[in-house]
Amino acid sequence: MNGVHDFGGMHGYGEINPEQNEPVFHDEWEKRVLGLFVPIMAASGMCVDEFRAQIELMGASNYLKTSYYEHWLHAFEKLLLTSGLVTEEELRSGKASMVDPAISPPVTVSDIPVITATGSSARRDGKAEPKFKKNDLVLVRNEHPTHHTRCPRYVRDKIGQIDRDHGVFVFPDTAAHGNGEKPQHCYSVKFSARELWGDNASESDSIYVDLWDDHLILG
Amino acid sequence: MSDHESEHEHHHANSRPLSEVELRVKALEQVLTEKGLVDPDAVDAIIETYEEKVGPRNGSRVVARAWSDPEYKKRLLKDGTSAIAELGYSGIQGEDMVVIENTADVHNLLVCTLCSCYPWPTLGLPPVWYKSAPYRSRAVSEPRKVLEEFGVSLPANTEIRVWDSTAELRYMVLPERPSGTDDMDEEALAELITRDSMIGVERLKPIDKGAS
Repeated sequence: MNGVHDFGGMHGYGEINPEQNEPVFHDEWEKRVLGLFVPIMAASGMCVDEFRAQIELMGASNYLKTSYYEHWLHAFEKLLLTSGLVTEEELRSGKASMVDPAISPPVTVSDIPVITATGSSARRDGKAEPKFKKNDLVLVRNEHPTHHTRCPRYVRDKIGQIDRDHGVFVFPDTAAHGNGEKPQHCYSVKFSARELWGDNASESDSIYVDLWDDHLILG
Repeated sequence: MSDHESEHEHHHANSRPLSEVELRVKALEQVLTEKGLVDPDAVDAIIETYEEKVGPRNGSRVVARAWSDPEYKKRLLKDGTSAIAELGYSGIQGEDMVVIENTADVHNLLVCTLCSCYPWPTLGLPPVWYKSAPYRSRAVSEPRKVLEEFGVSLPANTEIRVWDSTAELRYMVLPERPSGTDDMDEEALAELITRDSMIGVERLKPIDKGAS
């Protein structure tokens, strides 16, 4: 979707102002949110694409006025409500109104070292023919889907060159909506800064964007 | 377990009323704990992992190894995931790693314009500025101005490559080894390597051999 989260190339957000000697967390609640990610994703069976899609649906003004970990909190609540694991009333009260004995046991302390060191790769072993090869010129489809996509607006309808083929990966545009993983080749596509930003951009510079077969046509 | 946890929470919150977001987080964790979906001790273990164990020290050990061992560097640039795993770093938000090399003529810069993708196993959790609208909007369209805000001024003919992490590949910059470090061992080299140099918003300065 053409959401406010798709920041690339936008003006008006000001200077970067990095914080010196920044702590890992700025508040206790941020730690809890970070720590809840693994157990909630395990309990809900949701994938990271569904998580991101929920953040993108939170609305432009809400997205801009809330922090990174508030985005996460919003997505947790929505994913848990969608999967029926909690109710609105439970989230308001902080009290469980029903406990389903059928649910599988939660992630425990002894699971954490393995889970954090393994993660969950989106790479898939299945065979999929690559549509493109290194150095091919490609045109990014000029599509403006209302659903989740990892194809940012600033490269749409632009011509780039395949820099490398990363192999076969889950396609987020479908996986985010329960429409299947649709595994396909994902490439690093190189765009000249001038192709994207015009003649005032430096001719020495380029931008590399990871895109999937379904985002591209032969240029 | 849940009684113990709520006492713990009350202890933290004794001086002021909880904010709306704190109340939401507390309610969420309590409900999930009561339902048996979350074990708060596991939440603590994850926090401890990313607060104390996983951070940019990991990435600097990878870079120091690459500077010291040409064969390792070849493996690192060819298959980042496996080479990084040789040093024991792997997992969440670094399942599939790509390492890109800075040289005298090429400077690489990482960003995630769509969210805040970042290589956790080697760099830890991302700083706020990396997740912020100013950085995410500008790194792709005016990288030279962004770099200048970080104190990095590059000649016009230096090639800048900006990597937008739009997929599940996680990138890390292999900074250029600064001059004056020829006789330093791997451990000493690792001390020089900063988080920002592995994101690409810093170039490591030459070492003055007269200094300590």
